[in-house]
Amino acid sequence: MEKNVQNKILLKVENLKVQFKLKRTSWFSEQSVVHAVDGVSFNINKGKTLGLVGESGCGKTTTGRAILGLVNVNEGKLLFENRDLASLSLGEMLRLRQRMQIIFQDPYSSLNPRQTAGDIVLDPLVVHNIGNQKERQERTDELFALVGLRKNQQYLYPHQFSGGQRQRICIARALALNPDFIVCDEPVSALDVAIQAQILNLLCELQDELDLTFLFISHDLAVIQHVCDEIAVMYLGTIVEKADRVALFNNPQHPYTRALLSAVLTGSSDKKTSRIRLEGDIPNPINKPSGCRFRTRCSFSKEICVEQEPVLEEKYPGHWEACHFRTSKTQASI
Amino acid sequence: MISEATEFDPNNILTVKDLSVDFDVKGQSINILSKVNFGLKRGETVGIIGESGCGKSMTALALLRMVPSPPGKISNGEIFLNKKDIMSLSKREINRVRGREISMIFQEPMTALNPVYSIGNQLVETIQQHKPIDRASAMEEAIELLRSVQIPAPEKRISEYPYQLSGGMRQRIMIAMALVCNPQVLIADEPTTALDVTVQAQIFDLLKKIQNKNKTSIILITHDFGAVSEMADRVIVMYAGFKIEEGTLEEIRNSPIHPYTKGLLGSMLELKTDSAGFRERLPEIRGSVPDLLNRQAGCPFGPRCESATTRCLQMPPTFDLGDNRSVMCWLVENGEN
Repeated sequence: MEKNVQNKILLKVENLKVQFKLKRTSWFSEQSVVHAVDGVSFNINKGKTLGLVGESGCGKTTTGRAILGLVNVNEGKLLFENRDLASLSLGEMLRLRQRMQIIFQDPYSSLNPRQTAGDIVLDPLVVHNIGNQKERQERTDELFALVGLRKNQQYLYPHQFSGGQRQRICIARALALNPDFIVCDEPVSALDVAIQAQILNLLCELQDELDLTFLFISHDLAVIQHVCDEIAVMYLGTIVEKADRVALFNNPQHPYTRALLSAVLTGSSDKKTSRIRLEGDIPNPINKPSGCRFRTRCSFSKEICVEQEPVLEEKYPGHWEACHFRTSKTQASI
Repeated sequence: MISEATEFDPNNILTVKDLSVDFDVKGQSINILSKVNFGLKRGETVGIIGESGCGKSMTALALLRMVPSPPGKISNGEIFLNKKDIMSLSKREINRVRGREISMIFQEPMTALNPVYSIGNQLVETIQQHKPIDRASAMEEAIELLRSVQIPAPEKRISEYPYQLSGGMRQRIMIAMALVCNPQVLIADEPTTALDVTVQAQIFDLLKKIQNKNKTSIILITHDFGAVSEMADRVIVMYAGFKIEEGTLEEIRNSPIHPYTKGLLGSMLELKTDSAGFRERLPEIRGSVPDLLNRQAGCPFGPRCESATTRCLQMPPTFDLGDNRSVMCWLVENGEN
């Protein structure tokens, strides 16, 4: 079943760091800095989907935005087809931008309520000055058909659509410039389950048809499992585990990944007993714990976890984990 | 075969009969809730599940007689809580019932808490509303309540403001507030929707603990079948203001009858242990939820239903299959399904 796709790296992220400075509370107080993304590295192969999963505030959305240049990058390298995004001139960047798009989480607030659906979809063509009016109209018709909307719905305003249809408009807008790479930032979180299935089906179809590469951001592990080839689990701004889909779900290594997986509410009742419960909340990213970030909620934490921050290492071929321990965890039955 | 309105089961702490809610929009009356019947036993959890706009939250508001009026009103139906007719109570009497016998945990803990009062202030206000005690002892009780919902260092937290707390913590405060008078019925309206999975699991554990301790009956309103299977004994599936199916958790999960329930469960993603189903086409329910302003005649799910026939142009009655199992679909009539 292995498709003959050459494993060409489309996007390479190296040690990405994004920091947000907070307002000083007084002249003499220290400047506090939120380390939203703190040294994240991954590659995405062409035509594949990388899933970023984690709880709110773990930096998954910021990572996606940083790749597209929507927030400033403090450190690290972004290579798109081996070209460093930081070294590009404004004009080159503008051209490259056409090939990278985003689908936002909330289809209600990401559409201009005063524009018709058709105008929203052809807006990117206007911005990048592509085609004349007739060509743009043709492209819009094409896009509406592609995402499963009727042609005559172009003249309606966003409030006249349901949530699922609005997300279809957002997808059409993201596809308008024929991108290669799309950041899907929680594209189905705001939708009802029945509609969620429609949108996921649509995204998978489009990916096959148009050979798209996705960075798929979600907090929902079931959704991630359904669409992603490779998955990176984030916690407090870093990746704690990264593996392909089968390895991550069948053989999770990091205690956080395990807890996350076992916290998912499933329809079957057999999981109720063997659940790992995490205590407390995610620590504040301004004063993150010393050493391992997860140690405050981890049941395996030892002295070394306080002193030293674990690095992301390849523990099995293709299976990366940032944890000091390897064997002790597997012995302890969890 | 056609269901009689639920008789007064003496085991039921709450009985809802033919509950309908209408909203007036621009002079037009929209039917939001249509003749919903159900009962709730002591210590039982009933999950109400459905897509947004199906009337699940409105059911909860109606039970507390908190339907925003105008434009809304309870146009029909009876609600009995502990044999007390909720519909006939005066404003003063209903205020005594709310919080004491039935109370509610709201969906959004950030908007449900007042941002300019401290947690302690808000809890004390609630306590003093219901109990004739002075402020100092109310404060003590508030600290005890916070401890019972497992908030660390409650003496310190009590003087903090909602913005200083995390989402999970705020939801715990909401639960504490709902528990002030040890109500017999607790309505939880999407209590974990705004929370992360690990925190969500903590909140459900807490609710179960409270239920075991106080024999509380819980109505859990959610769109997440995972949450329902975690908590509920019995499940009510709603669609466009109708109760379209009811049964025990096992019945709904393993042998759903209504095509909508089947579709809803089918389109749900579950974590799998094998690599099956990767990027496979998910079954979807075509179309979207009907416009309540222009209701069509016949079955509300008819236009989206794969098994619809001409018979579905007539409104199907609710077929009672005994033991609180009921389905609103013509398919059941001749025993086909």
